[in-house]
Amino acid sequence: MTMARLQSAAELEDLRADILARRDPAKPCIAVCAGAACDGQDSATVAATFLAAVDQQKLGGKLEVRTTGCHGYCEKGPNVVVTPGDICYFEVSPTDVPDIIAATLKGEVVERLVYKDPVTGAKAVHMNEVPFYKHQTRLLIGDNPKIDPMKIDDYLAVGGYAALVKALSTMTPDQVLDEVKRANLRGRGGGGFPAGSKWETTKNAPEKIKYVIVNGHEGESAAFMDRAMLTGNPHKILEGLIIGAYAIGAQKGFMYTRHDMPLLEKHVRNALTQAKEYGLLGENILGSGFDFEVELHFDVGIFVSGESSALMRSIEGNPPEPRPKYIRTSVSGIWDKPSNLNNVETWANVPQIISRGAEWFTSIGSEKSKGTKLISLSGNVVNSGVVEVPMGTPLRTLVFDIGGGVRDGKTLKAIHFGGAMGGSIPASLLDAPLDFDGMSKLGAPIGAGGLLLMDEDTDMVEVARYLMDFLTKESCGKCVPCREGMQQMLQILTRLAKGEGKKGDLERLQDLVEVTGVASLCALGKTSGDPLKSMFRYFKPEYESRIVDIAGGSESK
Amino acid sequence: MCEKKIDEIIEKYRGQPSSLIHALVEIQHENHWLPREVMHRVADALAVPFAQVMQIASFYKTFSLTPKGRHEVHVCTGMTCHLRGAAKLLERVEELTGLKAGETDADSRFTLDTGACLGSCSIAPELIVDGKHYGRMTPDKAEAVLKSYE
Repeated sequence: MTMARLQSAAELEDLRADILARRDPAKPCIAVCAGAACDGQDSATVAATFLAAVDQQKLGGKLEVRTTGCHGYCEKGPNVVVTPGDICYFEVSPTDVPDIIAATLKGEVVERLVYKDPVTGAKAVHMNEVPFYKHQTRLLIGDNPKIDPMKIDDYLAVGGYAALVKALSTMTPDQVLDEVKRANLRGRGGGGFPAGSKWETTKNAPEKIKYVIVNGHEGESAAFMDRAMLTGNPHKILEGLIIGAYAIGAQKGFMYTRHDMPLLEKHVRNALTQAKEYGLLGENILGSGFDFEVELHFDVGIFVSGESSALMRSIEGNPPEPRPKYIRTSVSGIWDKPSNLNNVETWANVPQIISRGAEWFTSIGSEKSKGTKLISLSGNVVNSGVVEVPMGTPLRTLVFDIGGGVRDGKTLKAIHFGGAMGGSIPASLLDAPLDFDGMSKLGAPIGAGGLLLMDEDTDMVEVARYLMDFLTKESCGKCVPCREGMQQMLQILTRLAKGEGKKGDLERLQDLVEVTGVASLCALGKTSGDPLKSMFRYFKPEYESRIVDIAGGSESK
Repeated sequence: MCEKKIDEIIEKYRGQPSSLIHALVEIQHENHWLPREVMHRVADALAVPFAQVMQIASFYKTFSLTPKGRHEVHVCTGMTCHLRGAAKLLERVEELTGLKAGETDADSRFTLDTGACLGSCSIAPELIVDGKHYGRMTPDKAEAVLKSYE
């Protein structure tokens, strides 16, 4: 069905009222997760079985089945959540479908499929009782189970695009910018740079043509929360982007994301089409006089293209070679026009800041890091998945209360943040709060938010070798310090990992870390030695033990 | 290879040099590799030098300059997969297929690839065949999975 374009804010609110009036909140809804991990556990068959059963038994009037994006608790997929009541069923297989339908129709619960505490056996039925969920504050990802990402009406039903209406009809671009600045929203992509200041730079740049960009590349290994957001609730990111474009005065936006996830591409394409049909993109959006369009671009399989200037080269159709940082992309980006780039999660925060205000936003989080943070929890953890907690939450809460601790009854050796350019800290530092600056000082910057648990068996030298091996393959090769420096580091680390380290290796590594860090063009090279730095700080004896002391006369070793 | 589809893609982007990557990605998805002759046609249609087409095609990992096998086997080597045993899995898959990453066998049955990270870390380690994910894979289970692809 094609909708007529909405001409005004009032028309959008009428449409929303109409959508809500046609929905009965008491009608049970079975939400089947189709997030990346659930999909990998064949949740598609579970969803199809539900749909077929509802069709066959003509239950369409009594209950609804919804295929949704990632619910979060990936470890226990396929996930199913039944509303009202947010009843959580885990590891659901197609054979469980008849029981769930029968129980849902009777208002009962299928006890065998609810959460059971692995130690006490205590059951938890509702989402707010399940340990994995109950310690979270799910402002961004909480809507995922309520939305079919292919339906813009579902997003409108949970209050979607209300922030855009507010911005366009009651605020000037300057007021929107001011709100985001006062909210102290910091970039979620890794740098933690204040988004408002970045917006302001692009806004104030003299050129008329300006661009805004969603960085949905998410190349950081073991980070999967941006995908969960973009696939599960694409309109939220789009709404943030349109609001940002309005504040900055950009006429065109780009969404840059992964090419290797068919569902992600399908949902984003569809969201753009629907937004256009509704008049939320295109000319004269909601009668405000503001024009804005969005183009979709894909990474083509190299990590460095997530770097902002490289990403912009890629959008132009060129190889993704970063430029020196003294050319700021916010002033001279795509085709040398001012281009403001933010990460998926940063954009996703914008609508709620506009709707609920900077005061509300700054009431959440730590002193210098506001709001919540999405974390991809994985590695040797019991409960892996996408987690959202207020900034300032102690790491211990993430690792134990939410994560359930280490798998297979082992003890925790270290946690690692920030992928290949992040760092590892020992288990003894677990009381540190999740905070941009605090974690950077400890040597494990949050990065995009990939948090890995490493158990007692983890060989830290091997971890560093593995990360360096990854980076050498992902370097674009433009600048020598990155290309050659990492190669040298990898050779030494490979030797150390085999236990064949030579005297002087650690000193040489330290030198290489320093030079590559200072002399490389972009963040990939600059931070390539960061994991090593953190390991020298906390796990040096492990490295020293890999040196065969030839001078000491133990050649026979 | 489906010539008609490739022609359609090339026509869609005719005269648009900045759409080079889009065109190549679509051809790659359709055809699974980029024959030299096709890249020449892309260069002509989009009005970009052939050298630039080669530069893009040889730089990005998505593009293949050689034909791929009937089935694309991918072992995820992301951090969580690595921590949960991807190296052993890869070793077994290499043994079963007789291939190293990037290679295609003489019968064009399999192409083996590695890479990070596909974001399904919760079900690591992962084996992916033709886009289908096989989670929590073990070296033992890999044999049965591969056998089901002819």
